Amino acid sequence: MAIPRNVSFTLNGKSVQVMVEPRELLIHTLREKLQHTGPHIGCETSHCGACTVDIDAMSVKSCTVLTVQCEGADVLTIEGLERNGQLHALQEAFTQDHALQCGYCTPGMITRAYRLLQENPQPTEQEIRYWMAGNLCRCTGYQNIVKAVQTAAAKLAAQPA
Amino acid sequence: MPDTNVVARERQDKLQGMGCSRKRKEDARFIRGKGSYVDDIHLPGMLFGAIVRSPYAHARIKSINKAKALAVPGVVAVLVADDLKPVNLAWMPTLGGDVQAVLADKKVCFQYQEVAFVVANDRYAAADGVEAVEVEYEELPAIVDPRRAMDKNAPIIREDIADKKEVGHGPRTHPNHIFTWEAGDKAGTDAVFASAPVTVRQEILNPRVHPCPLETCGCVASFDKATGQLTVFMTSQAPHLVRTVSSLLSGIAESKIRIVGGDIGGGFGNKVAVYPGYVVAIVASIVTGVPIKWIESRIENLSTTAFARDYHGVGELAADKDGRIRALRFTALGDYGAFNAHVSATKFPAGLFSICTGSYDIPKAYCRVDAVYTNKAPGGVAYRCSLRVTEAVYLIERMMDVLAQKLGIDKAEIRRRNFVKAEQFPYTTAFGWTLDSGNYHRALDKVLQAVDYEALRKEQAQKRAQGELMGIGISTFTEIVGAGPTKACDILGIGLFDSCEIRVHPTGSVMARLGTMSQGQGHATTYAQIIATELGLPSEDIQIEEGDTDKAPYGAGTWGSRSTPVAGAAAARAARKIMEKAKKLAAHLLEVGEGDLEWDIDRFRVKGNPSEGKTMKEICMAAHQSNLPAGMEQGLNAVEYYDPPNLTFPFGAYVCVVDIDRFTGETKVRRFYALDDCGTRINPMIIEGQIHGGLTEAFAVAMGQAIPFDENGNHLGNSLLDYFLPTSAEAPHWETDFTVTPSPHHPIGAKGVAESPHVGGIPCFSNAVVDAFAHLDVAHMDMPHTSYRVWQQCNALGLNKR
Amino acid sequence: MIPRPFEYHAPASLPDALSLLHRYGEEAKLLAGGHSLLPMMKLRFASPGHLIDLGKIGELKGIRQVGGEIHIGAMTTENELVWSKLLAEKVPLLVEGARLISDPQVRYKGTLGGDIAHGDPGNDHPALMLALDASFVLRSASGERVVPADGFFQGLYSTRMEANEVLTRIQIPVPSAGTGWCYAKLKRKTGDFATAAAACLLRTKGGRVEFARLALTNVAATPVKVRAAEQYLQGRPLDDGAIAEVARLAMSVCEPTEDQRGDVTYKTAMAGEMTQRALRTAASRAQ
Repeated sequence: MAIPRNVSFTLNGKSVQVMVEPRELLIHTLREKLQHTGPHIGCETSHCGACTVDIDAMSVKSCTVLTVQCEGADVLTIEGLERNGQLHALQEAFTQDHALQCGYCTPGMITRAYRLLQENPQPTEQEIRYWMAGNLCRCTGYQNIVKAVQTAAAKLAAQPA
Repeated sequence: MPDTNVVARERQDKLQGMGCSRKRKEDARFIRGKGSYVDDIHLPGMLFGAIVRSPYAHARIKSINKAKALAVPGVVAVLVADDLKPVNLAWMPTLGGDVQAVLADKKVCFQYQEVAFVVANDRYAAADGVEAVEVEYEELPAIVDPRRAMDKNAPIIREDIADKKEVGHGPRTHPNHIFTWEAGDKAGTDAVFASAPVTVRQEILNPRVHPCPLETCGCVASFDKATGQLTVFMTSQAPHLVRTVSSLLSGIAESKIRIVGGDIGGGFGNKVAVYPGYVVAIVASIVTGVPIKWIESRIENLSTTAFARDYHGVGELAADKDGRIRALRFTALGDYGAFNAHVSATKFPAGLFSICTGSYDIPKAYCRVDAVYTNKAPGGVAYRCSLRVTEAVYLIERMMDVLAQKLGIDKAEIRRRNFVKAEQFPYTTAFGWTLDSGNYHRALDKVLQAVDYEALRKEQAQKRAQGELMGIGISTFTEIVGAGPTKACDILGIGLFDSCEIRVHPTGSVMARLGTMSQGQGHATTYAQIIATELGLPSEDIQIEEGDTDKAPYGAGTWGSRSTPVAGAAAARAARKIMEKAKKLAAHLLEVGEGDLEWDIDRFRVKGNPSEGKTMKEICMAAHQSNLPAGMEQGLNAVEYYDPPNLTFPFGAYVCVVDIDRFTGETKVRRFYALDDCGTRINPMIIEGQIHGGLTEAFAVAMGQAIPFDENGNHLGNSLLDYFLPTSAEAPHWETDFTVTPSPHHPIGAKGVAESPHVGGIPCFSNAVVDAFAHLDVAHMDMPHTSYRVWQQCNALGLNKR
Repeated sequence: MIPRPFEYHAPASLPDALSLLHRYGEEAKLLAGGHSLLPMMKLRFASPGHLIDLGKIGELKGIRQVGGEIHIGAMTTENELVWSKLLAEKVPLLVEGARLISDPQVRYKGTLGGDIAHGDPGNDHPALMLALDASFVLRSASGERVVPADGFFQGLYSTRMEANEVLTRIQIPVPSAGTGWCYAKLKRKTGDFATAAAACLLRTKGGRVEFARLALTNVAATPVKVRAAEQYLQGRPLDDGAIAEVARLAMSVCEPTEDQRGDVTYKTAMAGEMTQRALRTAASRAQ
């Protein structure tokens, strides 16, 4: 029972291969086997969103996905947002607008905001609050997070395509 | 010729010191996912531990069978109380003067109490192992209602101390009684009540809630057999206190114990106590010789770690007909759970509850707290509360409204009539606290003007005429933070001073280490800003370190908003010691007397000859060279251990406007305006962030949080499915404002601020909800103000009929 | 946090999935979005020996109009429902309902079929399906049958679906032009199940109700179709009195369980309130 198997997928642009039992959760594979400790664990009931990653262009709670379900998938974590030493507009905006304090929700929050802005480049405040409601934060009260997403949206809109 | 003012401003800006909303230094790693939280740590050979927990709130343990668990592939060991007894670790002292079972010995006293510790190769095997441990229980009747705890025939919860006449805080009158603590003048207060024209009395519950930081508690304990050194990476807000307690517990010399607080994902008071999980991980590491990681789940966190509040209060005020309060009498029955485990200064087992006279000039006062054991998890002091200050402030701010309603006096006006006046500071309360500084009238007036209070009351009158529910909540609170002067404040005897050690390098950059422990408050930035302004060196070049007890000077950690008042003061004073030396050296280098020098932002200048001077950077290098005044050692370093002369008293004025749907009970926060006065403001951006966060936690507490139990002590809402953590969709919009009333006794006049929004916010929301029903003679409604509970009020008053 | 061990299968076709179901019988559970099943398995409330993942089966996806019906593949996610232009135009009730389910991340994975088949009275789609007069296509190794939503939900975690069947497709008759709609859901916070919710479709003609559907979420062991209300409204003008009577009829068929969301009295009253909200909003949207 529960024979481990090989799973191959792309992680932040690089091919990876892991050997996992079917029951192994993607969050554990990422954090322990693949040493990507950016996504965090904040609960075990799929509520907090600290484990959020981007899988095949979707924001997904990696604690509620089996690694074996990710064969061939394209996975993006917070570690993959900075490209060639250049921070993503969201990463810069979070610092500029003081959208983090303890930093624990931040990787999941930014990764989710990344997908949000891909799908809705100019969200209103209300839309941001609605579309980010899958990521809990205890420190910031969300107000500066909303501001940072707006700042990043404006910056991305101003960039040449 | 450059404009000297502009040049001066540029030099000032370059420092990014006090008062500057500079960006945070710690963000760089967090936005990249490169923080180092305890579950990120991996050491060679590390094993993983998980805890077997009791399904019952009160039961005898008949037997524990490890065999099946030990047979699970990957399980290495299973520890129970009997395995801890030979090393005297089955029980441990708590920070409240009691003892607590590390692993349950013969009986369990709260649901989810620790019974066994399974050590395995990885967390998957550990989880399987936990399920396979067989424990036989004999259930006992549970005490869940603290009002039943001292009944004549109540089941005895703490058989281990049944014969003890006291548990750290005075005589006990019943096996389930912990202590009775009182303060003030009972006879004098009673006399005033007996003859006062007006008295009000209200029972007010502060329900059990939980701080629920996003990161749960955990550790990696690593005992090195070869060197005898114990290293523990830990989610701890107070690493030095933990080190001392660990040494007392384990017998290992404190110099061979290293506690490391790295990045911590929120504390809010949840990460001060020493939990059984830490102790068993340490024991398991000693036994196995390899590192042991223990990380609790969210359900474990909500069910067993430091909860907050659970004070069943009675508030009484005696006043004149014009609302001028003559006396205050507050009592509370405290449900402390099965062990008294919460942070308590030895002299203050009920924390700083006696701050309950609040912002008001009340001549006579008396308060009493009776603490009892129940079959629930231990705790009580936690959650952004500065040692029971949330309980005290909630009581007084609710009672002000109760009194206002009884007398038909406007809720802002009754506060004005009772405020300590600006000219009365420093003001000593009837309980003996000396409020350092404040201007309550100015704060309230500013807020009321900002929200156009008059217009709001007019609008409320109109809405009431149409049968609609609109509430206006006011909270004018005074906090007491910055524990504290060692003659009054200690934990297990250790004084609550704090420290800062500064080393200045030849090239003008700085390393400073302090005894506090950030969990997101921005210390790496704010301490650097304090030191930058004191030393005239850019904060960008000032490295702050906390949390590693091998390196940091001794301190009591970060809780109760004490970092700025105590360690921030230590930082300023250590920097000033350096400046004394720097001035001497500058005078020597410039060949003038010290009296001929003046300080200008980042340099000493010769008075009357401004082109002659030495920058701080130049002095840094010079201090490491040979041309020094006779008798002066090289280097620019200082250490300050600061014993504060007093606590600090930040204050604020908040207004909240709510609209309630009388058919569903849903409450919408229309507006929340928060004015805070924390004295000197180090980084306005960081302060604002703290206010947002504290208000959101206050909103959560007032409007939805509870840790409910059934009559057998079983948890009814101990996961995030039920426990109310607002999302971005629920969190209201916050408006912030400030006044500045520096603390006269603090070196930089700063008071601390992070807990104020929580302490002041909770009664503000509550007052708003009750105010919505005030015209229907509702004097009080207990929290949480869920739609369900608010609807029950609407229904009782028949407001939901169409 | 850690499920018990199990075997995992990811069949590429429906026949393969069916044969796995047949092979493993009681030991197997179908894995759709996984956001109901995996959380239960992580708390060890469920431990199937075999998971059959439907995620690789292409024919279970898609939203299309077929004649007078909308056909939705069972593995269509909530997020796909939310963004569907076809649904926004033809079945906006479903879009409104999907938007009120859980949170954004869960909606990328949670599926219409999974939400329906789980039999959890807290799920929102069952009441929406009742209001829409939907039917479900159930495929087994021996063939296919189409079962109406009305009668499909039998009890707590119990539906008319057999252990050897896969729900493949949901079929919804397109509501006529001018039909008003509303899903009114009262919940404690984002991500919570309904304290009570009401799904309503309404069509009026000459000031009178020509067509009405009303179904409730989480106020009984199954979603509740308020037949009495649907019949009562027929031919009636939708005035305050009628709305109050419909609310009363809705409340009279509620049998909610007390929990942290509220007691029986409150939940029943909220069923009435959500019914009123849904009716008024549906009426305002009717043309």
